Amino acid sequence: MISGGRLMAMIIKEFVQVRRDRLTFSMMVGIPLMQLVLFGFAINSDPKHLPTAVVDADHGPFGRALVAAMQASAYFAVTGEVDSEAEADRLLVEDRVQFVVNIPPDFSRRVARGERPALLVEADATDPAAMSGALGTLSLLAETALDHDLGGPLASLKASPPPFELRLHRRYNQEASTQFNIVPGLMGVVLTMTMVIMTSLAVTRERERGTMENLLVMPLRPIEVMLGKIVPYVVMGYVQVAVILAAARLVFGVPIVGSVWLLSLGSALFIAANLAVGFTFSTVAKNQLQAMQMSFFYFLPSILLSGFMFPFRGMPRWAQLLGEALPLTHYLRVVRGIMLKGDGVADIAVEAAAMAAILVVVSVIAMLRYRETLD
Amino acid sequence: MTPGAAIEVEGLTKSFAGRVVVDRLSLAVPSGRIMGFLGPNGSGKTTTLRMLCGLLTPDSGRGTCLGLDILTEAQRIKRQVGYMTQRFSLYEDLSIVENLDFIGRVFGLAERRRKVSQALDRLGLTARRRQLAGELSGGWKQRLALAACILHEPRLLLLDEPTAGVDPKARRDFWAQIHGLAADGMTVLVSTHYMDEAERCHLIAYIAYGRLLAKGPVAQVIAEAGLSTFTITAAADKVAELADRLTGLPGVDLVAPFGSALHVGGGDREQLLASLAPYRDNPALVWREDSATLEDAFIHLMGKSSDNFSNGPVS
Ligand SMILES: Nc1ncnc2c1ncn2[C@@H]1O[C@H](COP(=O)(O)OP(=O)(O)OP(=O)(O)O)[C@@H](O)[C@H]1O
Ligand SMILES: [Mg+2]
Repeated sequence: MISGGRLMAMIIKEFVQVRRDRLTFSMMVGIPLMQLVLFGFAINSDPKHLPTAVVDADHGPFGRALVAAMQASAYFAVTGEVDSEAEADRLLVEDRVQFVVNIPPDFSRRVARGERPALLVEADATDPAAMSGALGTLSLLAETALDHDLGGPLASLKASPPPFELRLHRRYNQEASTQFNIVPGLMGVVLTMTMVIMTSLAVTRERERGTMENLLVMPLRPIEVMLGKIVPYVVMGYVQVAVILAAARLVFGVPIVGSVWLLSLGSALFIAANLAVGFTFSTVAKNQLQAMQMSFFYFLPSILLSGFMFPFRGMPRWAQLLGEALPLTHYLRVVRGIMLKGDGVADIAVEAAAMAAILVVVSVIAMLRYRETLD
Repeated sequence: MTPGAAIEVEGLTKSFAGRVVVDRLSLAVPSGRIMGFLGPNGSGKTTTLRMLCGLLTPDSGRGTCLGLDILTEAQRIKRQVGYMTQRFSLYEDLSIVENLDFIGRVFGLAERRRKVSQALDRLGLTARRRQLAGELSGGWKQRLALAACILHEPRLLLLDEPTAGVDPKARRDFWAQIHGLAADGMTVLVSTHYMDEAERCHLIAYIAYGRLLAKGPVAQVIAEAGLSTFTITAAADKVAELADRLTGLPGVDLVAPFGSALHVGGGDREQLLASLAPYRDNPALVWREDSATLEDAFIHLMGKSSDNFSNGPVS
């Protein structure tokens, strides 16, 4: 038999306890709000304004018309004309542009002659989903972009087939496999989740169980406590990296183009940065539930804004800035760069520096927050 | 610094959320002595001990532990102080020996293994060394915690109710051990609620509502309370009735039944005698004047101080 009185007693107690835990209370409001903002405003699975470089060896009217049409479609943002293919190539490797459009010499003349010249578009296909919209538009453009210019005697060329042949060359991830993109990214996501949660519980658990009091009367320095709590998880993080890499290679057939050692080095930085974030949480959280909630609060934007689930280039400026502050964003670029593009030390230096900077800033915050007393 | 004082603090004050919990406390504990730290629940004993070992920062006041400044040299104090917390604070998910090993390593003990196994022997826990600390009974946890805080051979021990929940035999062993350590020069400040333990201390300090009300050797603290007390023996069923009648009479500060006897006393002898006079001729009652106990002195002190406190801040 359910007794109303006893049930009420239980319900009232639970309410009082929830209300006392301010952080839990605000998280229950904060998390849906954050999701609304991120999903509603930041995320765009059909990114536009993808940076595009143009190598125009033709300097003719049709080439210019095509570029103008691409610009007008809003999918492409022509960041500039470059003189040589070599330079365009560099932009692509450095991740500064997603597309390079090569307009061959005599393009306009050959179009006018009805020879259907080839137009080469090179694309960075590490993230195939991010460019599917742009590619669709491009083939549509091929048919209609020149219609306006093909007037008078050339009007007959308007009819299909299109007046030139569009050749798409996928750099990296030629198979356009989404798995190739997701599996390396998953490594970062898994590490973020486990590393942050583990360390966020570390100090909180000591406090909740009352062992903090004993720990604090011993002559341990804060840095010793922090490093002591972080190091075991670095090892665990490496085990995870090894498992995921093995699975990526053996189960999903993801190539590892670059150096595994470089990848390990990048992973060390990333793991350390996440552990520092978790440790900082644990100096703030009052109990383990709060620590879990803070980890979740951190995890959400990490997944959504880092370019793991949704294309980074599709996000508005503010969301990109937020994303840059997250270690996962930089790690994804490192992992995908090394595994799919074969990036070397120089190529990942900037991203590694960004992770190191985050690590330092977060560690300083953690040290400032860590209390050597019970006050 | 008074020569030979292991602890010497002046004007220690601490408040939590605007409520003064320890109020201008001054205390000196001579080296090699055992001082009992007594006071009602919530009087600020734990808070004081925490300030002494650097776990809490005093709002004001100053002082030294083992000649080191408690405000600036906490890190060095920690090496030489053993603090036993009121609540069990070793790792419940580590075994007994793992807990001791951890502490030994943190303090960088030479001959750690030998010291740990000695501690286990002394405790009689060698056979159960691999048992998880969390699985120990309450009393055994206390004994383990004590072993843990003397492992690094500190010069000063701060013990917060170390014998709460410990059986009489173990308590006696414990005190024998404490006296042994003190004889070797260790200073001990130990909080307790047991009167028999207080009487085993060289000195006692009594704190109530954050203020130090009495300190000194036991006999002196009792004498300074200036109490006159009587034991009245009556028929068992009459004791409660008599207690009711005497309670609240002018000059009667304490009334405590002990089986078929009633213990009454007061600070103002004249007034006490006047109030008791109507009952003294009752043939059913046997009167005997006796000397006040330490407990009488404390209860008397507590009664006086709560009066002061009620016009202070309330929680
Ligand atoms: N962290 C804290 N925050 C707020 N108030 C506190 C805190 N710690 C202690 N207090 C308050 O300070 C007062 C003194 O507490 P303390 O623990 O020092 O008492 P105690 O003498 O050790 O009591 P007991 O004999 O019950 O152990 C109490 O009123 C308590 O509520
Ligand atoms: Mg206490």
